[in-house]
Amino acid sequence: MIRLRLERRTDTPVWMQIVLPIAAVVLALLICSVLVAMAGAPVLDAYSYLFLSTFQTFYDVQDTLVKASPLIWTGLAVAVAFRAKFWNIGAEGQLIAGAMASAFIGQRAFLPEITLIPLMLLGAMAAGAAWALIPALLKVKLKVDDVVTTLLANSIMLYGLMALLEGPWKDPVSNYPNSPVIREAAQFPILIGDTLHMGVAISIIAAIIVWWLMERTTTGFAIKAVGANPQAASYAGFSVGKVMLTAAAISGALAGLAGAGEVGGIRYQVVSDVSSGYGYAGIVIATLADLNPLGVIPAALFFAVIMNGADAMSRETGVPVYLANVIQGVALLTMVAGRLFTLYRLRITRREVAHG
Amino acid sequence: MRGISKSFGAVAACRGVDLALAEGDILGLLGENGAGKTTLMNILFGTYAADAGTIAIDGREVSIADSADALKLGVGMVHQHFHLVPKHTVLENLLVGRPGRSGALTKRKVIDALAALGRDFHINLDPHAPVARLSIGEQQRVEIAKALIRGARILILDEPTATLTPREAQGLFRALRAMTAKGIGVIFISHKLGEVLELTNRIAVMRHGALVAERGNDGALSKAELARLMCGRELDPPQKPKVALGPALLELGHVSTAGNGRVALREVSLGVRAGEILGIAGVSGNGQRELADLVAGVLAPESGTIAVSGEMVLDPSPRRMQALKVGRVPEDRLATGMISSLSLAESMALPWITKAPFSRGGVLDRGAIRRFAESQIQGFDIRTSGPEARTGTLSGGNLQKALLARELAMQPRLLVAAQPTRGIDIGATEFVHRQLLELRARGGAVLLISEDLEELFALSDRIAVLYSGRIMADLPIERATVERVGLLMAGVEERP
Repeated sequence: MIRLRLERRTDTPVWMQIVLPIAAVVLALLICSVLVAMAGAPVLDAYSYLFLSTFQTFYDVQDTLVKASPLIWTGLAVAVAFRAKFWNIGAEGQLIAGAMASAFIGQRAFLPEITLIPLMLLGAMAAGAAWALIPALLKVKLKVDDVVTTLLANSIMLYGLMALLEGPWKDPVSNYPNSPVIREAAQFPILIGDTLHMGVAISIIAAIIVWWLMERTTTGFAIKAVGANPQAASYAGFSVGKVMLTAAAISGALAGLAGAGEVGGIRYQVVSDVSSGYGYAGIVIATLADLNPLGVIPAALFFAVIMNGADAMSRETGVPVYLANVIQGVALLTMVAGRLFTLYRLRITRREVAHG
Repeated sequence: MRGISKSFGAVAACRGVDLALAEGDILGLLGENGAGKTTLMNILFGTYAADAGTIAIDGREVSIADSADALKLGVGMVHQHFHLVPKHTVLENLLVGRPGRSGALTKRKVIDALAALGRDFHINLDPHAPVARLSIGEQQRVEIAKALIRGARILILDEPTATLTPREAQGLFRALRAMTAKGIGVIFISHKLGEVLELTNRIAVMRHGALVAERGNDGALSKAELARLMCGRELDPPQKPKVALGPALLELGHVSTAGNGRVALREVSLGVRAGEILGIAGVSGNGQRELADLVAGVLAPESGTIAVSGEMVLDPSPRRMQALKVGRVPEDRLATGMISSLSLAESMALPWITKAPFSRGGVLDRGAIRRFAESQIQGFDIRTSGPEARTGTLSGGNLQKALLARELAMQPRLLVAAQPTRGIDIGATEFVHRQLLELRARGGAVLLISEDLEELFALSDRIAVLYSGRIMADLPIERATVERVGLLMAGVEERP
C-alpha cells in the first residue's frame, strides 16, 4: 500500500513562486476541460480560441492590455490589503466610487483643462480610499468583520450609483441611465494604436511603485508585520490600528484608480456596469500573484486574455462565455490549495499493513 | 529502533540512531535543542517517516505511517503543547478521535477507565470538568489519560515538566513510576538534568543527531558528566562578581492594573538599581506576564507610578520604553518577540526599523538590516542558514539568542527578561545567563522573571515573589531559601 504524507518544509524554494501559479492555472484548465467537453466542443480547439484569439491582430493585443489595466489596479488593491490581513472584498465598490469621482470631476466646466486629468486621478484615489476606510475603521474601532462590511459596501455603492443614474445624474442628452460624458480634455490620451490609453501605462508603473512601497519602505514593512503577527508588531512599537487604516486607504485608492481608468480611458462616462466584476477578479489575481505586486501584472494579463478570448471561443465553438468565470474560480481554488506546498512537501511512503 | 536516520534538506536530524526500551523502563532522553530527540520520537509516533532504519515492537518489525498506526501499536505521545479542546469537558476530550465501530470507546467505558487510572496510577480527573478550568498539570494528565485509554504501552513525554510547578512535577513522577510498575515503558525527554537523574533508570544522550551515550542510571552519573555528554564540552558556570550598585533604573510605585481577562497587578512596588538583577519568582499565571508587559510599555497601569532612570513615565508605550533604553525580552519568542514569516534579519530589526541606520526617510536600507543581523549572528553564535532564513525555522535556543542579541545591541540600561531560558538547552541557557551577568557588570539593571528557581537563585541579587498579582516579599538573595520562596509562591504569608 502506498501512502502520501505531508511534511513541513524548513524553507520555501524560490522557483516555487513561479512554478506554483502556473501549475495552479494548468490544473484549473484541466479540470475545466471536463466542462468544455460536456458543452460538446473539442477541448483543444476551445482552449486555442480562448488563448490565441486575443493575439490575432494588433487591435486584439491592445484590447487585452486595456482589459488588463483595471485588473492590475484591483489586483494591487487586494494584494496590499490582504498583506495587512484587511480582508478587502470591496475593491468592486471602491472602483465604482473612483469612477464616480473621476466622472464628476471630468465634467466640471469651471476647471482649467490642464488640471482635469490629475484631479480625476486624485479624486478617484480619495473616493476609493474613503470608501475602504469606512469598513477599516469599523474593524479597527469596533472589531466588525471586514469581509462582511466590505462586501456589503459594494452593493450600497452599486445601487447608490444606479439610483443616481436613473435620477439626478442621468445624461440629459441621451436619456439613457448613464452619466453625462466628461469633457474632451478629461479623456486620457491614447498612447499607441486606437485604444491603448494612458491609464494602462500608469497601472503598470503603479505595480512597480507598489512593489517598491511594500518591499523597500517602512510603511510596507509595517503592513507586512501587522498582517503576519499583530501582537509582535504592536510589541515592537507599531500601531496596529494605524497601519491597518493605512493599508486600507492605499488599497481603496488603488481600486479607485481602476475606476478612473475606465471612465477616463474607455467609457468617458459612468454606467452601472462600469466594473463588470473587476473588483472580485482582483481577489483571484492577487492570490495567483501570491500577493506580490509584480506578480499581479502577469496574473492580470492572464485574466484579460481569457476574459476577451471567451467571446471568440463562444462564437466559434459554442462553449458558453461563462467558462472564463469558471476558470477564474477554479484557479483560485487550485492556487489556494497549492499554497500548501510552499509550507509542506509531499512524501510518498510505502507501507505494509500495520501489525498489532 | 535500529539505524534510524532522517534528514531535512541538507541537515541530518538523526544519524543511525539505535534505541531500545524494555517493559517497565523509564528512559531519559537528553540532548540540546536540535540534537534530534524530538525528531526521533516523531518518527516513532509516525509524524515523520525515517529515511532509513527499522522499528520493532515486541520483537516484530513494524511500519508506522501515521499516529493512528502508532496508537494501534501501543505508542502514545504527550506533546509539549497540548492538543485539547479547552471548551469541552475531560470526558469529551477523551472521546475525540475515538476508534469507531468494534471496540469503540463509549462514555461509560471512558469513565470506568478514568477511575481505573486514578486507582492504579494516581491520575485523578473529574470527567465532567471543562478542560479550560484545569491547571496545566491537570491538562497534562488528560493527555496522558488519552494515550493510556487508547492502550499505549509505550508513552513518550516531550518536556513534560517545562510548564509544571515543582509539586505538579512530583505528582507526575509518582504517576509515571506507578505506570512502569505495571510494565508500561516511558520515554522522558527533558533538559532538566536533575529530574532525569531522579526519575529514570536509563539515560540516553543525543548530540547532533547521533546517540553519544546510553547508560544505566545507577547513581554513578553526575549532572556535570551528563552536561559534558550533551554539549560535548565542559560547562563553566558563570560567576557572579560583586558590582557596586548605582541609581535606581526602574521604580514601580503602587502600580495596579485592570483585569480585563488578565491577572490584575495589585499595588506592586519594586525597584531595580544599576548593577543589580532582581528576580521575580512565582507560579505561572500570577501576574508575571502582566508585570513584563507593564515594563515593556504594552500594558498601561490603572494607578500608581512608573519611573525609568529617574524619569516618570506617564504615557507608557513600546516606543517610549525603547527611547528610555529599556530592552525587552518577552516570554513568547515567536508570538510577541519576532515574526515567524519574516526573515531573521527583518525580525532582528523589527523594533528599530523606523530609525537609522535601518531606514532613512521611510526607505529601508536592506544592506544595513542584513549587516546588523550578520554581525549579531556571528557575535552570539546563532545557528541558522543566514540572515535571510525564515524566523520560524530557528530552534528555540537560537531564537532566544537572536532576541537577546537584538535587545542588547541597543545598549539598554534596563532589561526585562521574561522566562529567558524556558525550553532552551543548557548550552544556550549558559550563554543567556552570561549575557545577563555581563549587562549587570556593565552597570545595567535586569528584571528577571522566571519560573526556574535554580536560575533565579544563581543570578539574582534580590528575589521578589509574585502571587496573585501582589508582591509577597522582596528578599535579598542571602536571606532567600528555596523553602521560603516556595511557600511564598504558594501564597503563604510571612508573619513579620
